Amino acid sequence: MILSQASSPHAKGRMNVSQVMFTVSAATLPGLACLIWFFGWGYLFNVLTAIIFALITETLVMIIRKRPILFYLKDGSAFLTALLLGLALPPFAPWWIAAVGSVFSILFVKHLYGGLGNNPFNPAMAGYALLLISFPVQMTTAWGAPSVMPGHSLPGFFETLQMYLGFAEVVDGYTMATPLDVYKLNIAVQTQAELAMKSEFLAGWLPGWLWVSIAYAIGGVFLIWRGIITWHTPVAVLASLLIMSGLFSWDADIRVPVYLHMLGGATMIGAFFIATDPVSSATSNRGKLIYGAGIGVLTYVIRTFGNYPDAIAFAVLLMNFCAPLIDHYSRPKIYGHEKSVRGYKKEDKA
Amino acid sequence: MTAQTIKIWDFDGGVHPEENKHQSTGQPIAVANSPEFVVVPLNQHLGSPAKPIVKVGDKVKTGQVIAQADGFVSAPTHASITGIVTEIAEYQVPHASGLTSLCIKIENQGEDEWELLPALDLNSSDEALINRIKEAGLAGLGGAGFPTNIKYLTKDTIETLIINGAECEPYITADDMLMRERAKQVIDGTRIAQKILNAKEVLIGIEDNKPEAIAAIQKAVADSGEQTISVRVIPTKYPSGGEKQLIQILTGKQVPAGGLPSSLGIVCQNVGTVAAVAEAVLEGKPLVSRVVTLTGEALGTQCNLDVRLGTPISNLLQQVKVNQKKLDRLIMGGPMMGFTLPDANLPVIKTTNCILAPTKKELPPGNLFNACIRCGICEQVCPADLLPQQLYWYSKSKNWEQLELNSLSDCIECGACAYVCPSQIPLVQYYRFAKGEIRKEQAEHEKSDNARIRFEARQERLAQEAAEKEAKRKARAEAAAKAKAAKSGAEGSAKPEISDSVKEAIARAKAKKAVTDSASTSNAPALTKEQLEAKWQNAVAKAEKAEARLNDAKENDDPMAVALEKSLAKLKEKALLAKEQLDNFQEPPDKAEPAKVVLTKEQLEAKLKAAQAKLEKTQAKFVEANENNDPMAEALEKSLAKLREKVEAAKAQLDSFNESDSKETQS
Repeated sequence: MILSQASSPHAKGRMNVSQVMFTVSAATLPGLACLIWFFGWGYLFNVLTAIIFALITETLVMIIRKRPILFYLKDGSAFLTALLLGLALPPFAPWWIAAVGSVFSILFVKHLYGGLGNNPFNPAMAGYALLLISFPVQMTTAWGAPSVMPGHSLPGFFETLQMYLGFAEVVDGYTMATPLDVYKLNIAVQTQAELAMKSEFLAGWLPGWLWVSIAYAIGGVFLIWRGIITWHTPVAVLASLLIMSGLFSWDADIRVPVYLHMLGGATMIGAFFIATDPVSSATSNRGKLIYGAGIGVLTYVIRTFGNYPDAIAFAVLLMNFCAPLIDHYSRPKIYGHEKSVRGYKKEDKA
Repeated sequence: MTAQTIKIWDFDGGVHPEENKHQSTGQPIAVANSPEFVVVPLNQHLGSPAKPIVKVGDKVKTGQVIAQADGFVSAPTHASITGIVTEIAEYQVPHASGLTSLCIKIENQGEDEWELLPALDLNSSDEALINRIKEAGLAGLGGAGFPTNIKYLTKDTIETLIINGAECEPYITADDMLMRERAKQVIDGTRIAQKILNAKEVLIGIEDNKPEAIAAIQKAVADSGEQTISVRVIPTKYPSGGEKQLIQILTGKQVPAGGLPSSLGIVCQNVGTVAAVAEAVLEGKPLVSRVVTLTGEALGTQCNLDVRLGTPISNLLQQVKVNQKKLDRLIMGGPMMGFTLPDANLPVIKTTNCILAPTKKELPPGNLFNACIRCGICEQVCPADLLPQQLYWYSKSKNWEQLELNSLSDCIECGACAYVCPSQIPLVQYYRFAKGEIRKEQAEHEKSDNARIRFEARQERLAQEAAEKEAKRKARAEAAAKAKAAKSGAEGSAKPEISDSVKEAIARAKAKKAVTDSASTSNAPALTKEQLEAKWQNAVAKAEKAEARLNDAKENDDPMAVALEKSLAKLKEKALLAKEQLDNFQEPPDKAEPAKVVLTKEQLEAKLKAAQAKLEKTQAKFVEANENNDPMAEALEKSLAKLREKVEAAKAQLDSFNESDSKETQS
């Protein structure tokens, strides 16, 4: 009788990589549902296009790299990357925006660095940044006007599809800038009270965005409860952004107010789904706090002083650069040690 | 109960794997079938193996010593059955690395005759008790197999004795069943250990998934009437039974890295070990058997057996009706830290707490694993607060320095990280590999360091020997001088005599120097004038050539210029030296001139001409040198003056010759 030999532990937990990836994907569903409800089918098309192109790219790369295709497709990492990218794109952007971003994310940001687990940057956000820089028109003017506005209705499924595929012109009335954008552009010449009298704000355009943020936050809390992400990164992102906006944006007549920073843009999806991408973020719990705080601060700084209305992508990418350094200086205190070893040991410095 | 009101702490991390303990707790501990033979390894403990003291053919009784402890960290080995020694040879033994060890094989003779030690009790002296524990061959039955008596010999003051009944590994129930059925023995052993260690309090830690064991132990504690022993019920979480983790749970203290629990005033003992202590002390029974859990779905019945050490595992599998078709692996220990056995004929040893025979479905074997996605779930479960995924990356890239910074050595290999890893990476295997490599490297370092130290010591020794030799020689010389002084002192006053001898020595040295000096001066003119002249001309030519090259180099901004300049200076020096030698040479013949008056007029004329020619030539050179600000100019000037003198002298000679000539012709 031949007994098989193996190294301990012989028992394995039930969680595997696909489950992690698909649980995260599932946690975005409330957010996706809200987006479709308030802003139309464009989000679904974006997500599907991104996923299809990501899976095709992943398959081709696996063929080139001579790896088992199904084994890697099954891990769900390409799926999740594409999903997150799709969620971040404007709903009335043409289909090729999602396609280009998705292929770039998978091919350049993920596989050219060695594939799953080896990419220093968040693939979805690098793809987003590429699109924002390369196609600013499509990326800033194709945001949707919400369905809750009176006298306004969303285009139907097939109408949206026709516009998405380029068979029909996108009607101006369907699109609108994001709240962060509108507020930032107009507060220079108007006061908060004047802005509030504007038709968009009166019409309950804002609640659409607020609901989306709340839906993402619910998904994020679910992930923390499932033990897939820890609270450190999201709490650090939200807390630092709250502190920054509270300190510097208390006057809503001058700058974008706190509640819009927290709920008006990509803050929630950023804090719970983007910043928590494990591959490109800091490792230790302490490191995640520093990393998250950095994202919060940079987000505020770029939103307030930069040219872009939102800043999660750039803030995350910038902090990706810092992750190895943060890891080097944020090792935890180990059992039986008096304090943690940060950086190099003293005697090693000489 | 008081146990619940007392504070307990928590350790970071930990996992909750499926316990599967119910499988083997259905029936009481049974006695294993008597084996036909046993193979008793001599290294069932940590430390040096025992030395056999029986021969093949000897008849041995159960409990008889068959191998003696060899050294301080060692334990004796006893015959576990009554029979005849048939072989003393290397056998493969249960070991994570599949090592072999010297074993004594005993053929069963049927009857079970015991050789017991005299019984002791709690009133015996500490020394007698510790000796007994050593004689009985006790080693930690929890896993590591550290000789028990050494734990009791600690020099630290022990405040707290911790009895480990956590048994956090899934599947294993040996300690659970032991506590249920032999609670009195456990408490007896605990009291003996407490007495030896003089511990103020005893904490018995038991996970809350063993209510029967908790009840039994609590009853036994109450029966003993001992107030200082308390049972602490701790939450079920793997690895709470790790020594370091249990200490933290029960005392809130962490064992310092690289230190022992005794430095905190704590000693930790497994319940099985203290039960064996009670047997050894109160009944005089050496350690010849232990409780082993047989479990896993490949077995017909799962149970706990009291097994004689050395019994082949295949015997036990037969007894519990193993299903060979379903059997995939045999694991000694639990599913988290146990190791697989290469075959079923290996013997049960002191540290065999469980034989796990899972089916493939039950514990699926490792497969192709995914890449690490750095999800950090491993970090959340590490009981040592390490960063397992960082250790993995650095082990993979063999970055020993980073592994040290990330404290790989503090990893207890509990397997919690690999258990939760969604990528199914065999993390612990990576750590074991890295630890092994680091150990190897350190051993090599040590070896080379030792070699260096040895070499330096040798050099020092040789130097010292030489110095000693020199000192001896000096001492001898001094003694001789003294003896001489004493001798001459007997003839007259010693002191002036010595100074005279010194003076003599100085005079001798001076004479010697004079001789060598004259020798060197007499050696110098060995060269003929022509030779010297050639030498000088040669040197001058070389210097001129070098100068030309230097000028070239300077024009082309060649970096060689500096070097050339230097060599030019040297060449010029050489040329000067040659010239000087040549000039010095010309004097002796002058001095010897009186003897050479026999020169003819023609000769004298030729000499004058030559001198004049030379003078002209030198003059021309001098002018040139002056123009170029050459340092040679000075020397040339000097030689010019000399040459002029020479020409004058030659003229004077010729004149006087002519005069005498005319005189001669006149006369």
